[in-house]
Amino acid sequence: MTAAPSPDLLRAPLVVEFPFTRSLGPVQSAFLTGLRERTVLGVRTGAGSVLVPPVEYDPVTAAEIRELVEVASTGTVTTWAWNPSPRRGQPLDRPFAWVLVQLDGADTGLLHALDAPGPDAVHSGMRVRIRWAGQRTGAITDIACFEPHEGGEDHEVTPHSGEFEDLVTGIVAPARLDYTYSPGRAQSAYINSLSARKTVGERCPSCRKVYVPPRGACPTCGLATQERVEVGPAGTVTTYCIVNIKARNLDIEVPYVYAHIALDGAGLALHGRIGGIPYDQVRMGLRVEPVWTDGGRYPDHYRPTGEPDADYETYKELI
Amino acid sequence: MAPTGSGGPARPARDVAIVAFAQTDHLRRTDELSEVEMLMPVLHRVLDATGLKTSDIGFTCSGSSDYLAGRAFSFTMALDGVGAWPPISESHVEMDGAWALYEAWVKILTGEADTALVYSYGKSSPGEVRDVLTRQLDPYYVAPLWPDSVALAALQAQALIDAGEADEAALASIADRSRASATANPHAQVRGSRPPGDYVVRPLRTGDCPPVGDGAAAVILAAGDRVRELCARPAWIRGMDHRIEAHSLGVRDLTDSPSSRLAATHAGAFERPVDTAELHAPFTSQEVVLRKALKLGDGVAVNPSGGALAANPVMAAGLIRLGEAAARIHRGESDRALAHATSGPCLQQNLVAVLEGES
Repeated sequence: MTAAPSPDLLRAPLVVEFPFTRSLGPVQSAFLTGLRERTVLGVRTGAGSVLVPPVEYDPVTAAEIRELVEVASTGTVTTWAWNPSPRRGQPLDRPFAWVLVQLDGADTGLLHALDAPGPDAVHSGMRVRIRWAGQRTGAITDIACFEPHEGGEDHEVTPHSGEFEDLVTGIVAPARLDYTYSPGRAQSAYINSLSARKTVGERCPSCRKVYVPPRGACPTCGLATQERVEVGPAGTVTTYCIVNIKARNLDIEVPYVYAHIALDGAGLALHGRIGGIPYDQVRMGLRVEPVWTDGGRYPDHYRPTGEPDADYETYKELI
Repeated sequence: MAPTGSGGPARPARDVAIVAFAQTDHLRRTDELSEVEMLMPVLHRVLDATGLKTSDIGFTCSGSSDYLAGRAFSFTMALDGVGAWPPISESHVEMDGAWALYEAWVKILTGEADTALVYSYGKSSPGEVRDVLTRQLDPYYVAPLWPDSVALAALQAQALIDAGEADEAALASIADRSRASATANPHAQVRGSRPPGDYVVRPLRTGDCPPVGDGAAAVILAAGDRVRELCARPAWIRGMDHRIEAHSLGVRDLTDSPSSRLAATHAGAFERPVDTAELHAPFTSQEVVLRKALKLGDGVAVNPSGGALAANPVMAAGLIRLGEAAARIHRGESDRALAHATSGPCLQQNLVAVLEGES
């Protein structure tokens, strides 16, 4: 028995992307609708301070807070950080400053971007104002960014009903993260073997069970698996189900059979689709073999070998 | 444990100790290893150190993040490394493993287990960790702007500079000291003197930021009599607590860390001086904040391991602080150590443990 040779390591791009749809409570709804209307709302706490952006519960006392007020679109930078290399999704695509801005009338800071020519033009205490986005939908990005603003603080905080026509009640926040995925040693070896039409498992050094597909560890013993063992190609259907709903982007006619298949020599069943036999004739114990399509890197499906069915005793431990 | 009421420390109901600690060498990338392949050697090392088998462990708890892995329920794959069949008593936190250790500690305090295996791991190399960490931010007002983790830390650093509590030279000296200390740490990713580098997000330079890398760590906890069988000089957990601050950065004083101070108070950190502090401060500026909040004097050895500036495997770096502090006690280099872990932007959540050896 020899240790697995170092496989050609596999890597592939992996994009995880989802449009998160979120509903807004009464306070966030009023705030984001306000932004659409170029109106900045805060919420007053029981102790009298004004939170911008507003929240529904007092961060100190946890009391429900609903008293909305309007604050100015001008304010003062409380801290900043110069961003020389903007990243995807950030408010500006040229170098800018991240800022916390205390809007006139507010007691807390709002995080956003400041459009400034360079870091020497930014300092804490500088006066800024909101630059509104041309297209506003009721989102924090309705503030395109802040821009420098000469001028003092002369704003009165005024009560606001929070009522607008056509309130924004939800946002869609798209999120995308990019990865370069590598499955590691054991799974790379498995996938590389498959493309040569071989199914290779790994044997646990302690319990001797052969794992297919291998993940590099025996989950029973908690030990690394190294010894490679070729299994199959034929195997036995240990259990199955009949799929009646067509999956999107999957070009397989329903109904079809999805089965657990114990390849000969494997210590557990893997799963695959059964073809080449009417769906209602698939049974436990059916002997099957993989079918490869031209250029396929893994078996397209499994079909009956024509052998007699396996005896239940030979696969009952693998169900 | 007795109710803490007015905020003073409470004596834990059972004596619990960290009896073993292991970590990987932290590397920029580990493409050749899946998470479980990366993790398994450290699991074996803590088990070997104590002579325990997985079947002897009363409770297993882990920390990791699906967003780092780019995959749902990613921790279930790593479970293969602990031998989870036949079924074990197991739990997972979608956080740094320091919080998994807290859960395991509580489990032991309640008497439901006498031993616990705690592990955590993170591979930052497949993705962009600065972008990944934006997904823990407020999804309504902040996350749509994609402010990355360095940007938020830089806002905190500038607030410190404006308050006169640090300057860029002071920050650079923290980086220097940390990476000089890391020369004695064979697991660290970044060791020894290096130039401060360019601004990543001003005022933070490359040197003020943690390295991006992959790694894992594991710890074994035990209670009462089991401790004596497993470890010659155990690191007794005298107290542990974790606290959180408001989510919105704009309502917090970024130059302070009241949650760290409160956690330290509840953990009993201020009852007597500590000789060692392992602080989870991924950015130099955060060490300034933590030193002040935790009232650490110049006589305290801060991050003798090199800290997160020398190796910052996300989701494991906090557990490693607890492990490094414990290992120092195991080796007889410390008698009373403070260990700290953080999570969230600008030290939003903080955990403090006090560990002691017996003289």
